[in-house]
Amino acid sequence: MSEALLEVADLRVAFATAGREVRAVDGVSFSVRPGVTLAIIGESGSGKTVSCRAIMGLLPEGTIISGSARLRGRELLGLSDSELRRHRGSEMAMVFQDPARSLNPTMRVGVQIAEAIRTHRKVSKREAQAQSIELLRLVRIPAAERRFHEYPHQLSGGMRQRVMIAIALACRPRLLIADEATTALDVTTQAQIMELMLELQQELDMALIMISHDLGLAASYADEVIVMYAGKVVEQAPAGRLFGAGGAVRMRYTRALLDAIPHLERPAHTLLPVVSGRPPDPSALPPGCSFAPRCQYAADDCRTKAPVLAEHAPGHSWACWHPCENGGTA
Amino acid sequence: MSAGSSGAGPAGAQPLLSARDLVQEFVVRERGGAKGGVVQAVSGVSFDVMPGETLGIVGETGSGKSTLARAVLQAPRPKSGTVTFRGTELTALHGRKLLQARRHMQFVFQDPFGSLDPKWQVRSIIEEPLVAYRAGGRAERRKRVDELLDLVGLDPARYARRHPRELSGGQAQRVAIARAVALEPSLLICDEAVSSLDVLIQAQVLNLFERLRSELGLSYLFIAHDLALVKQVSDRVAVMYLGKLCEVGPGEAVYRQPLHPYTRALLDSIPSTEPGAARAAATIKGEPPSPIHPPSGCRFRTRCPRAADLCASEEPRPRELAAGHMVACHFPLTQPAATDTTAAAGTTAAAKGAAE
Repeated sequence: MSEALLEVADLRVAFATAGREVRAVDGVSFSVRPGVTLAIIGESGSGKTVSCRAIMGLLPEGTIISGSARLRGRELLGLSDSELRRHRGSEMAMVFQDPARSLNPTMRVGVQIAEAIRTHRKVSKREAQAQSIELLRLVRIPAAERRFHEYPHQLSGGMRQRVMIAIALACRPRLLIADEATTALDVTTQAQIMELMLELQQELDMALIMISHDLGLAASYADEVIVMYAGKVVEQAPAGRLFGAGGAVRMRYTRALLDAIPHLERPAHTLLPVVSGRPPDPSALPPGCSFAPRCQYAADDCRTKAPVLAEHAPGHSWACWHPCENGGTA
Repeated sequence: MSAGSSGAGPAGAQPLLSARDLVQEFVVRERGGAKGGVVQAVSGVSFDVMPGETLGIVGETGSGKSTLARAVLQAPRPKSGTVTFRGTELTALHGRKLLQARRHMQFVFQDPFGSLDPKWQVRSIIEEPLVAYRAGGRAERRKRVDELLDLVGLDPARYARRHPRELSGGQAQRVAIARAVALEPSLLICDEAVSSLDVLIQAQVLNLFERLRSELGLSYLFIAHDLALVKQVSDRVAVMYLGKLCEVGPGEAVYRQPLHPYTRALLDSIPSTEPGAARAAATIKGEPPSPIHPPSGCRFRTRCPRAADLCASEEPRPRELAAGHMVACHFPLTQPAATDTTAAAGTTAAAKGAAE
């Protein structure tokens, strides 16, 4: 097993709003190795995006961040913006959900890629252009020389996301974070972009963190899965342990997420097993397990004492006082 | 599953909604207002929805599925074709008459916040259609609003006086649904109605749709890009590509034995919770061509692994290859057994009308 590329330990992020502290991320730890795909799964507001933005140094000033995030042994948290800029792009890069909003609509896409290259490397304009076209080819954009001169509005959503990936890969980062990078895309395009990212990951020996709300996507493409709820990791395991025939989901929330996914196997008009309510307000978290108010298996201990994430089986951690047996499929 | 109209009335029953040869086109203007081209958004689509039935329409961005829904609603009117709803031909109606005919056909859209007036209280939002159609006096209407809030699972005491900004996405969508069912419609048209919701909230809203279906006897035209989702709520599923229906059939049959290569590609692209299942990377390549210049013949041929010369020269006509299971393809994926073909002779009107 190769050494961890990124090591995050006890990451905490809080926003100060109207004099109150709102804890968005509460003690998150994980690590990723080169060549490995880690999926961070959760609903809106679970803290999955905030965690990664904290690592990238992309949170607004005044955000209270503690813990540690080490990239190849070097601490990232607390670095100044200029120090961080040296890591961003060249060592770690991020692709976002909405490629239309991430690209400058008034600039040709090739120029935007070249700009990313020239920000980090001293190369001539001509050389940057040649590399840009090479990158467009790398992300399998047909007729790369022609596309170089096009504007974002001339490209489809899938093509724009390929351009975003090209920009992210401009300086051959070791870590790529894809934040809901395929959520806005059609399902056939999503499959193409996921395949592309996994191929490039192998070619460039990158670590890939994919942030998504979709457990199905994690099951299909990730090696490791982290499930977050209300700012905490509630379950963490290799994908092969959670899904499929011998799936052994233990945390009740993960089970609920899995059961709520529309399923082709289900006959029409089946009622879904439903979890009532919605995620708690991060400024008013319940005292015990954050999921307890919505959990049908919650007992008294769940409402008073928060379960701690612990490794209960090799490689498989969960935070639950009354975990599912047999993966909860019963 | 035998016929395409499970959940529908007896064979020969009148369809609730019947669309025939719907065509919708939009002119694209270039700089200066010169005509730049014509987007052929919907090109000759026909389908039926039987009373009590849910017809799902699945398609990707630009397939024309939302345009189709709006053409049904006459907003805007289709360029050609007919829409018959509860025995009334809508395309010929105007003004008050159209308004009255549409009363029993309501819409739920994707973005609940975009369709709720931010300045209005929830109770006024739900009351609006009752006011518009002069349904009862003020006290009666307020009572009905409370009933409707109860029906969609929102406590009237807590939610009636709220504004949309004080609601979560799921709650706002419930309000939109309460408004849609206020006039006791017989058909609910849902256009990506749960697509913007988190999966657990999505499940809650889907169950609400199912409950309303059985409690109010609603029919649905359920439009979404997610085939797994559509299949789960629909009796029959229609697959749309670049303005045309390429396959229509009972949901179970479309999933178990897809006939159109595009349906197969859609099925293969759905991420599965079975590891490795969705990694059959041989889904389709490329992206849909522009609806301004759709390919000749079969519109899917430019991305189809089975395309041959015939596909470019001749448009495939819809054929019924199994009971109620129609496909528009020269080279469908499976030629069903002969018994299926004979069984297909005695199908219902609903199935026949589906993809003609």
